[in-house]
Amino acid sequence: MILLRPMFWITLLLAALFIYLPLRNNDAAMREDLILVAVAIILVSNLNLMIGYTGYVNFGHIVFYGLGGYVGMYLVTARGWHLPTAALTAGIVVSLCALLFGLGILRLRGAYFALATIGVLVAVNAFVRNVDAFGRSTGMYLSFESYQPLGGAMRALWITYYLIIGVMVLSMLLSLLIKRSKFGLGLFAIREDEDAAIVLGINTTTYKAIIYSLSAFLPAVAGALVFFKNGMIDPDIAFEYMLSLEGIVMLMLGGQGTVLGAALGAALYERLRSYLLTSPKLSNFHLVIAGGLLLVVVLFASGGLIGWLYKFVPRSQKVIE
Amino acid sequence: MLRVRISLLSVLFSLATSMLGQQTISIGFTVSKTGALNVDSLEQYRGFELWRDQTNAAGGIKAGGKSYNIQLVSYDDESNTKRVQQLYTRMILQDKADFLFSPYSSSLTATAAVVTEQYGKVMLTTGAAEEKTYKLGNHYLYQMFAPASQYLTAAVDALKTKDPKAAVAFVYEDASFSNAVVTPAKPYAQQQGFNVVFSEAYAPNTTDFSAIIDKVIASKATVLLGGGHYADGSTLARQLEGHKVPLKMVTLLVAPDSPQWTELGDAGVGVIVPSQWEPQTSFVVQYGPQGADFARAYSARYGTPPSYESAGGYACGLILQRAIEQAGDIDTAKVSAALNATDITTFYGKTKFATDPGSHGLQIGHAMVLAQWQKDKAGKLTKEVVWPLGAKSANLKYPMR
Amino acid sequence: MSGILASMIDGLLVGAVYGLAAMGLSLIWGVMDVINLTHGAMIALGMFGMYLLFSLTALNPYLLLLPLIAIGLVLGIFVYWLSVHWVVGRSQLMSLLSTFSVNMMVIGIGTALWSTSPYNVNFSLKGITFGDYTFTGNHIAAASSALVMALALELFLYRTRPGKAIRAVSDNREAAELMGISSTVVLAIAFGIGIALAIGSGALVSTLFPFTILSGAGYQLKSFVVTVLAGLGKPLGALGAGVALGLLEGAVTPFIAVSWIPLIEFGLFVVVLILFPRGIFARATT
Repeated sequence: MILLRPMFWITLLLAALFIYLPLRNNDAAMREDLILVAVAIILVSNLNLMIGYTGYVNFGHIVFYGLGGYVGMYLVTARGWHLPTAALTAGIVVSLCALLFGLGILRLRGAYFALATIGVLVAVNAFVRNVDAFGRSTGMYLSFESYQPLGGAMRALWITYYLIIGVMVLSMLLSLLIKRSKFGLGLFAIREDEDAAIVLGINTTTYKAIIYSLSAFLPAVAGALVFFKNGMIDPDIAFEYMLSLEGIVMLMLGGQGTVLGAALGAALYERLRSYLLTSPKLSNFHLVIAGGLLLVVVLFASGGLIGWLYKFVPRSQKVIE
Repeated sequence: MLRVRISLLSVLFSLATSMLGQQTISIGFTVSKTGALNVDSLEQYRGFELWRDQTNAAGGIKAGGKSYNIQLVSYDDESNTKRVQQLYTRMILQDKADFLFSPYSSSLTATAAVVTEQYGKVMLTTGAAEEKTYKLGNHYLYQMFAPASQYLTAAVDALKTKDPKAAVAFVYEDASFSNAVVTPAKPYAQQQGFNVVFSEAYAPNTTDFSAIIDKVIASKATVLLGGGHYADGSTLARQLEGHKVPLKMVTLLVAPDSPQWTELGDAGVGVIVPSQWEPQTSFVVQYGPQGADFARAYSARYGTPPSYESAGGYACGLILQRAIEQAGDIDTAKVSAALNATDITTFYGKTKFATDPGSHGLQIGHAMVLAQWQKDKAGKLTKEVVWPLGAKSANLKYPMR
Repeated sequence: MSGILASMIDGLLVGAVYGLAAMGLSLIWGVMDVINLTHGAMIALGMFGMYLLFSLTALNPYLLLLPLIAIGLVLGIFVYWLSVHWVVGRSQLMSLLSTFSVNMMVIGIGTALWSTSPYNVNFSLKGITFGDYTFTGNHIAAASSALVMALALELFLYRTRPGKAIRAVSDNREAAELMGISSTVVLAIAFGIGIALAIGSGALVSTLFPFTILSGAGYQLKSFVVTVLAGLGKPLGALGAGVALGLLEGAVTPFIAVSWIPLIEFGLFVVVLILFPRGIFARATT
């Protein structure tokens, strides 16, 4: 049972920390910092489902987040929906889109699949730029009164924060659940040797389609929430290719295939990035440092931080996963 | 770490100035030091900087019996909306800026406005002509630039006096500012009896215009209106010349106003720009320096003449200063009320803000002119005001070459 | 001259450069099954390399191509030793990530040095005019240079010993080693040539438009599309596919808004990947 897994409680503890820390002093600045970390954890945890569990590298993962943001913003601005329903609907719509894309590209293997995901990202970006309802290259801006249903801008910012923490918890728990399930075993089999898995009778097509679609759901919900909080969305900010790739760095850094690894890598890298970006001297070096870190991980420690932990403290594998 | 250091510095600075009997007022904004908007944004920043230094040298802003030393807090937004969001949040929450100025460009300003409105801080916008931002129900935004709808309507009026039968093409950046300019300009041109033979927007950051230029040639247009900002505008002008497109008038947004335009050499001659301010314009000044004094001080300091972005930046500071003086306080509500009541002429022209909630902050006092790059008798490139006829310093050259 | 023809010629000229850019990617991919994600950054370095050399020497950029390509070869070998050598043969994910990490570092250093403000190489050759339409000299020179470089590569691969060694390793690495070919050296040289081609295409593009260190990304994406269309390891095929892509762009733009082109290209890319996983022109190989 999942309640017996220590990781379940570690996740809840993490969430409690995220809720308590900024609330203690009503510290909006800390909230802003933590929200970036939470979003990174959401994106990386769901990316882990594809890369870590199934062995399929998704280079265009950010497309789910951006598209979720667009659908959510559209529903709120053009249709006047309430945030929670809009966010949930965005998640469902984007998952269905993922299913559609997946039907096409999931039959590709290895690097071809990776390239195809880039193609999907670029195509969706280009598509959005041509649609009037999405604001074309200008994007969409929230009317300042959209925060009224949530009790004004200040309250709305806090409420969205809590909702995002909720999505973060769901992401980590989803990872944990899948890892411990028969479905997860099937995914690992695909990762190890897809042809053998087929021979063993695993319906790899269905499994891959499900996990690709599932890995889109929570990032899309998060996207709808985050862009609502930010009050605006445009194609550049929604489909940032670099964010997609940095997600891979975060996952490799923390330890792909593990729940905590995804969260740890996301948190550490995000803090590092925030620090570097606001430092006047170092802001341009964040990419150099990120690249250097990734190279080191790939060449010497492909299991990331958690992999390194497992090597030195083998017992930890039972607790940290 | 760094946050502590900056706060410590601010605290020390405030301590120091309050020991001298002076308070500080800090104004936050981002500058596009890097990225596609860097040329225009730097000019705007220089306007802020010159205003700060001249005002501080004269003892700062005097209000309610105290004098306030101006401190500008700025970061590089890299011409990027995401950085603008993060940095404005930071300036409000951590650097505790009292007031905000906008970044440069309508799209970055629209993003900053979301943040400043969320936290209820006053922001004066300059370098941002798009109107939609002021129609979203704001309380604390104030626009210094004349709105986008005025940019090309003036060009159409001027064209009508020269060639009512011209074939007009609109080639413009697909971004908030240029869209806001072209959307009203197109029907206006048609109403004035012009044939709009071609109209297409190009993606921001486009560097290769050959495809769109071939289409312009195929449409047999003789007049081209559009552009966006400096990077794309200057490249478009260069490539239009490279393809030898037979145009009689080219009016581009923003780019030709920069002193850097002379780099284009012959490709830049004859191009017209709708301008928020030119050194040749003169007004009866009720507050602040005269236009000639501003231009002189700017050239002396920076070695180039001021563009209208710089004038807008300086005027932005002036108007805030006056509002604080009128309010006698730096409290947001009081200054906001003073800004709402502003109706004054500075070297920059008349400044008055709309106060109805549906379009709060929209600029309703300022008017625009058209300027054209011409070769004087010595062959040197100069920028002349050619429209409206009452304000001109030279005749509009049509055809342009 | 009609608008459509002019547009297609412009497309052809630009397509030749796409093809040249893709050749480097295709060669590396075909020889060592590594997808070089530094490709875009190298193209951008080529742009800046030309900018620097041109600012220093004010020589004709088309002459400056030669030293730049030589530098590219050396740089490519260095990058090979830094990141690729250790991951050749391991999973494709590893080589993707290792080359990607080098890409990030190059972009980071480039941004620190040159920021993201646009740069120009101000050099214009006289164009050729047909009726209403003018084709700029720079475009024509770039396309011609691309063609020359492609032919040079083909000659190298088919008429010289090192070239044949490269083809041998790409066909069957173990067999080549059994024949006494040092595959490591060959791979390093092949990678170096791939990078040199990227640098060369960047240098050519620098005379056409303003650029930043991020400008290579667009060309990298186009290179993927072209490589996938042509099939791996067929450099001359990559040139042909690049020209075809350019022609397609030129043929389509007179009829639709330019903003739809990226969507069409990437839609095409994904469709081709799905239907022809080994490239449209690939021959059946073992």
